[in-house]
Amino acid sequence: MKLSPGRFYRDVQLGIKNLMLHKLRSCLTMLGLVFGVGSVIAMLAVGEGASAEALEQIRRLGSRNIIITAQKPADEQDAANVRVRISIYGLLYEDEQRLSETIPTVSRIVPVKMVQKSARMGKRTLEMRIVGTNHVWFDLVQRPKIAGRLLERRDIDERSNVAVLTEHGARRLMATEAVIGESLRIGSNYYEIIGIVRSEGASEGAMQTPDQQTDAYIPFTAARDHFGDFFTQNKAGTNIRELVELHQLIVEVDKEEHVEATAAAIERMLGMFHKKKDYGISVPLALLRQAEATKRTFNIVLGAIAGISLLVGGIGIMNIMLASVTERTREIGIRRAIGAKQRQIIAQFLIETVVLSFTGGLVGIGVGLFIPWVITLVAGMPTMVSMYSLVLSLGISVTVGMVFGIYPAMRAARLDPIEALRHE
Amino acid sequence: MTEAIKQPGDYAVQLVDLYKIYKMGTQEVRALDGVSADFDKGSFWAIMGPSGSGKSTMLNLLGCLDRPTSGSYYLSGRDVSILDDNELSDIRLKYLGFIFQSFNLIPQLTVEENIALPLYYLGWSAKERTDRAHSLAKLVGLEDRLRHRPTELSGGQQQRVAIARALSNDPVFLLADEPTGNLDSATSMEIIELLQKLNQEGKTIIMVTHEPDIAKFARKRLYMRDGKIQKVEG
Repeated sequence: MKLSPGRFYRDVQLGIKNLMLHKLRSCLTMLGLVFGVGSVIAMLAVGEGASAEALEQIRRLGSRNIIITAQKPADEQDAANVRVRISIYGLLYEDEQRLSETIPTVSRIVPVKMVQKSARMGKRTLEMRIVGTNHVWFDLVQRPKIAGRLLERRDIDERSNVAVLTEHGARRLMATEAVIGESLRIGSNYYEIIGIVRSEGASEGAMQTPDQQTDAYIPFTAARDHFGDFFTQNKAGTNIRELVELHQLIVEVDKEEHVEATAAAIERMLGMFHKKKDYGISVPLALLRQAEATKRTFNIVLGAIAGISLLVGGIGIMNIMLASVTERTREIGIRRAIGAKQRQIIAQFLIETVVLSFTGGLVGIGVGLFIPWVITLVAGMPTMVSMYSLVLSLGISVTVGMVFGIYPAMRAARLDPIEALRHE
Repeated sequence: MTEAIKQPGDYAVQLVDLYKIYKMGTQEVRALDGVSADFDKGSFWAIMGPSGSGKSTMLNLLGCLDRPTSGSYYLSGRDVSILDDNELSDIRLKYLGFIFQSFNLIPQLTVEENIALPLYYLGWSAKERTDRAHSLAKLVGLEDRLRHRPTELSGGQQQRVAIARALSNDPVFLLADEPTGNLDSATSMEIIELLQKLNQEGKTIIMVTHEPDIAKFARKRLYMRDGKIQKVEG
C-alpha cells in the first residue's frame, strides 16, 4: 500500500466519522486529556509567572556583583538602657582597600555611604536616602538615565556638590525634569541636581536592592566631607550615635564563574579583621541559582503531576478503544475478509486515537490558556503561558494517544478473521 | 456437451490432498481429511454436507481465511497454501469475493460505501469507486438505494449489496456461505436466481449450503462427510 496524502486524508475522515458515531463517548474519553493538557499549561504558567518576577529582580542586581552591607551586630541593638552611646560597626575604608588589593578576581569596587536626611527644594521637603557613592555605582547597578547626566569621575575628584535623583524622588520634589539645574538642600549644604535615573522599587520581601525610590546620589567624597562618619538617629526618645565608615560595598567580579569563590574569599578576609559579624554578604548570582534550582524542582514536580494526569487520560483512551475493538469485532472481521491487512486495521484504530488525543490536546490548550487568565484576573497572580508549554503538552497528548492506542489497535488487527466474523 | 482435456489454468481452484487437523488436548480432529478437488472456471458449485462434515473448514480454506495443515491450494494455478497472513489478505482483496449468510455489511457505511469497500483497500480513487459502485448497484437492482444504510434495507436487498460488494474487485470466484440462510423462500429464490444469472454471465461461484432446494440451482454438487469428499454430481 502506498502512502498518499489523499489516502491519509480519507483514513482520518473515516476515523472522525467513527468517533462521531459515539459523540458523548468520544468527548468523555477526550476529557482526561483535555484536563491533563490544560492543567500542565496552567500550572506551568503560574510557575513561570511567579519565578519570572523573582528572577528578573535578582538579575537586575547584577549577576557579577557581590553586595556587602553593614549590619549592626545583634548584641548592640539592645541599647535601650543606655541613654547615649556609640555603636561602632560596619565596613571600613580599609576593607575596601584590602579587598581590591588582595583579591585578584575583584575588578571594581564601589564604596557607599547612606544617610537618611530630609532634603529641601524650594518649599518642598522630602525625607530622602542620601547615597554617597562614585561614578562606578551607575555601571554596576544599572539604572537607565532619564535626564541630565550621571555622576562622573571629576565630580568625585572635585568633591562637587551635585546630586542625581531618582525619577520618583524628583517627581515628589517637583513635577518634571525641570528640576535639573535646580539646587537641593541637604542638611546645611546645597547640591546642584544634575540628572535623573529611573527608580526601581523593590517589592516586599524581595532582596534588599542597593537603591530605593527616593534616593539622592551624591559624590562619595562630598558625602564624607559633609556627613563624616558619625550618624545620630533618634529612636524612641533615645539618641543613638553610630560610627559607620561605609554602609555598603558593591564588588564587581571579573567573571561570573568566579563569583562564588570570590564571595567566599571576601567572607574569610572580612572575618579576619572584624571581631563581630557586623556585615552581611549577599550574592545575587547565588540567589539567582537558588531561584533557578527551585524553579527546576517546581517544574519537575509539575511535570510529574502532569505526567500522572496524562497517564490517567491515556488509560481512559485505552479503555475506550479496547471496548470499541470488542464492539466492532465483526466490522474488523468483515474488513479483514474483504482483504484489509493487519497494518491497515492498526492504522484505522490508531488514527482514531490520535484524532481523539490531538483534539483533546487542542481543547486542552484552550483550557490551559483560560485558567491562567482567570487566575490573573481573580487572584491577581502573574502568569506566563510560554509557547513551549503549548507545543510540549500537545505533543505529549498525541504521544499518549499513540502509546495507549497501539495496544487496542494491535489487538484488533490480530483478531482471527474467522472468529471475528462469527462474533455477534 | 463433450469435455476437452483441461489445463491447470482452466481451473479456478484446485485442491490437492488437503488436510486440516485441529488438536484439542490429546485428541486430533481431522476437519479435512485428504481432500482433492478441481473447481473449473465458469462453473457454479454447491458444497453440501451435514454440520461437522468439514464444509465450514473447506469454506475458510477456499476463502484464504485459514491455512491447511498440509496439502496444496492452487488459485488460478498459483499455490496459495504457503502464503502468510499479509499475502493472504492480498489474495482475498484481489481475487476473492465473499457472500455471507448474515450479509456482513458495515452498518455505519452507506450502501455505496459498502459496495466500494474492497476498492478502498485496493487504493482506487473516490471517483472510480463511486462509478463502480453505481454500475454494480444497477446490476443488482439497487441503484436507488445507494445513500441508504444497510439497516434501512430488507434482508434480500442487503444480500444484493453484499453480492455487489463481492463483485466489486472482479474476483476469480464468488464464495457464498449459505447465502439464503437468513432469507424467506421467495427472497431466497431472487438471490439464487441472481447468482445463477451471474454464473451464466461467466462468474465462477462456489456456494456452501445444506439446503438441497438451493443446491439444485448449482451446476455441480460436492457432498462432504467426515472431512472427506463423499461424491461429486454434475
